Amino acid sequence: MHQERKYSMGRYSLVLFAFCLFLVSCSSPGTPVLTVMTHDSFAISEEVLTAFEQENQVKVVFLASGDSGAALNKAILSQDAPLADVFYGVDNTFLSRAVEAGIFEPYASPLLSTIPDEFELDPEHQALPVDYGDVCINYDRTWFADRGLDVLASLEDLLKPEYRGLLVVENPATSSPGLAFLLATISTFGDPGYLEYWSALKANEVTVVDGWSTAYYTNFSASSGRGAQPLVVSYASSPAAEVIFADPPITEAPTASLLAPEACFRQVEFVGILKGTRNRPLAEKFIDFMLGKQFQEDLPLQMFVYPVNQQADLPLEFIRWAQVAKQPAMLDPARIAAGRDGWIKAWTETVLR
Amino acid sequence: MSFRRILPWLGASLFLALFFFLPLGRILALGLDLGALSGADFFHSFSILRFTFLQALLSTLLTLMLGLPAAFLFARFDFRGRSFLRTLTAIPFILPTVVVAAGFNAWLGPRGWLNIALMEGLSLGVPPLHFVGTLGAILWAHVFYNTTIVIRLVGNALTGLDPRLEQAARSLGADTRKVFWRVTLPLLRPPLLAASLLVFLFDFTSFGVILMLGGVQFSTLEVEIYLQALTFFNLPLAAWLSLLQLLCTLIFSILYSRLVTRTGVILAPRTNPRRRPHTWRQSAFVTALAVSLALFYCLPLFSLPLRSVLRLEADQGQRGEVQAGLTTSYYSELFINRRNSVFYVPPAQALGNSLAYASLTMLLSLALGFPAAAALARPGRLERIIDPFLMLPLGASAVTLGLGFIVTFNRPLPGTDFVLLSSPMLIPIAHTMIALPFVIRSLQPALASIPNQLRQAAASLGAAPRRIWREVDWPIVRRAALSAAIFAFTVSLGEFGATALIYRPDFPTLPVAIYRFLSQPGGMNYGQAMAMATILMAVTGLGIMGIEQLRLPGEGEF
Repeated sequence: MHQERKYSMGRYSLVLFAFCLFLVSCSSPGTPVLTVMTHDSFAISEEVLTAFEQENQVKVVFLASGDSGAALNKAILSQDAPLADVFYGVDNTFLSRAVEAGIFEPYASPLLSTIPDEFELDPEHQALPVDYGDVCINYDRTWFADRGLDVLASLEDLLKPEYRGLLVVENPATSSPGLAFLLATISTFGDPGYLEYWSALKANEVTVVDGWSTAYYTNFSASSGRGAQPLVVSYASSPAAEVIFADPPITEAPTASLLAPEACFRQVEFVGILKGTRNRPLAEKFIDFMLGKQFQEDLPLQMFVYPVNQQADLPLEFIRWAQVAKQPAMLDPARIAAGRDGWIKAWTETVLR
Repeated sequence: MSFRRILPWLGASLFLALFFFLPLGRILALGLDLGALSGADFFHSFSILRFTFLQALLSTLLTLMLGLPAAFLFARFDFRGRSFLRTLTAIPFILPTVVVAAGFNAWLGPRGWLNIALMEGLSLGVPPLHFVGTLGAILWAHVFYNTTIVIRLVGNALTGLDPRLEQAARSLGADTRKVFWRVTLPLLRPPLLAASLLVFLFDFTSFGVILMLGGVQFSTLEVEIYLQALTFFNLPLAAWLSLLQLLCTLIFSILYSRLVTRTGVILAPRTNPRRRPHTWRQSAFVTALAVSLALFYCLPLFSLPLRSVLRLEADQGQRGEVQAGLTTSYYSELFINRRNSVFYVPPAQALGNSLAYASLTMLLSLALGFPAAAALARPGRLERIIDPFLMLPLGASAVTLGLGFIVTFNRPLPGTDFVLLSSPMLIPIAHTMIALPFVIRSLQPALASIPNQLRQAAASLGAAPRRIWREVDWPIVRRAALSAAIFAFTVSLGEFGATALIYRPDFPTLPVAIYRFLSQPGGMNYGQAMAMATILMAVTGLGIMGIEQLRLPGEGEF
């Protein structure tokens, strides 16, 4: 009797396993599909995407693959059998890793002529610039106004006693804006000058957290999280987002960015055709589409970044509330490639240990 | 060893071989290169291991200190709000860490209610309490997340304990304390050890809590693996750390197998009755513990629904014009695709996807786990060897496993153009992998406790195997099976482990929607994240209550 019971359970577990295999092997129907691998922050308007799909008789599938670092590593690890035709979302801080790993096929899109040369950081056109954004310190306008304290004018000001304990930054090892801000300090103070700067910042009680969401929503005083610090490392477009996503509507942003020369780091995001794609012509079309006017004008309100195409018009909200740094810090990708891991490790030793 | 004996756990083993050992093996084979590591790397990894172990040990002890009395409370006493409070203890299990961190911060953070009250009450200039960013926050959060495991596993066993054993001890003159230490506790050893192991492994592989509540100065093995694999792309070091983590998990699991007595608790197919407290001591115990538990869970949890209907924008921007107050706009806004985004998810759809994944995970892990647990409950030599390996998915690095999936399942299955890696099926599969050890560990002690004589007696009276299962086995293991189902359900709703690192095809879930809102600035985004989190909490609570009502057809209350 006992044996029989076991037997029936065993048979049942085999049936079950077969069922799993069946579920797993149910294939999707074969329509022409272009797969685009992106980071999780990618967004696009429905009508803009539909226009592309209808014009080219194709279905575009997006694979959201984690934050920008994770997405890139996945693309590299799966390069022997790429999961997608196009990869979007590597920025200038990790561009070298993508290019060195050789995941892209070069494509000199005709639309590159509409993009200023300063954004074309890959001369071989394996990775083509799509958008840019400035990582800056945001401040809580009310907080400073209430206390009659002057808003700081430069990164050096952060070391002054009146700004003690007011700043929250993201860990550059786990956060993309965190890394961008570290690079801004390296561009301003040089290597190894940046380490002295960070030691002094640590002595002035800078708060370090894991990522943007924690920094902005838990620590920053002007966000809905009601945090303790009135200064946060975020984006120059964040004040615009504060207005657009306000409830109830407001006409003036509660925050603003410190746009002093060299105080912001400019992140440029790139797209490329993944090596081994079987849809090269469609992939080229999609890249042209991403660099084209329609998508470029859709970008700002979807991802809160700026279009690189100079013919694209900015939405009113951006003209009114978002700001661009006039003289952002930028580092040569080759220099970032050579220094990045060492800088992060040295920063960790200096600030966290 | 006959084929029949292998069959029951074959499903679970094949499942783990295919979706756990294969991808893990491939990524370790790809990355592991001990020659590429320096002495400093090894030294560093052992110092991280030390911290990881110590914080997990401390967290587990604290969890037991709260969990054991709580298990007694729920198993032995009837009081108003009992089932609500019991369900409440399971809610943290599913909440994304970033949301729990927001909850903690709302009342313990530098500008949380407690600090503000203290600052105003004692007229202090700076917040007196430092919570976020300390070891205390890590321990507190681990207790907050994991106490439910102890409550369920130990509580079930307590409810099922044959009351005659304690009655006999008492009639022989033992006082309450003696009955507890000499009778009850030894009988609870297997579920207690199982719960401790599960809690310990969860703390040992902790990631989000360490990063978000512990602050950046603390690093566990899992955090370090994440950094090495994703930031520095240093696969050799990531692989070595993963291997270290895996070996430790294996050692803990083997230790557990050794410690657990094979005989198990004798569970009677009857309920050890719950009573209303009748002495003043019992009343004091029940009141004090129930109130503390309610505070412990309600304060951080309820700040989320509160913030989902409360506007706090009054001192932002242009004050005066903007009024603070109650609002439902965060909820109504969830239903509008204001930015016309392709990635907009209607809340009902996110909810549907979450529930679909959770149900699939529950079915799959119970279906695989039940036969395996039944076989492991009466172990032969082979089962004893296999047993600890079934726990490994809980101790494996989610980051490493996610990368393993990528290098293993990125090719089309032979003969098709189906790629598992970009299929939504991978998500319930990944969830099942984490849920399976839970299911097996909840069921195994219960199944082991069924006296064989009962089955033999039933058989000799002419009962068919199915009837024996239904009338002997099921009533005894029912509670454990429901707990197992609830664990599988909540593990999936909360999106544990490797899913964070695999692809999210077109079926976004509630936690994914929450993360999306929290990745852009603006009061509306924050409010909607809180609204989604509230929906997630409500659904989980209802789901747990629903599962607890499940009965086999024709089965009555007993």
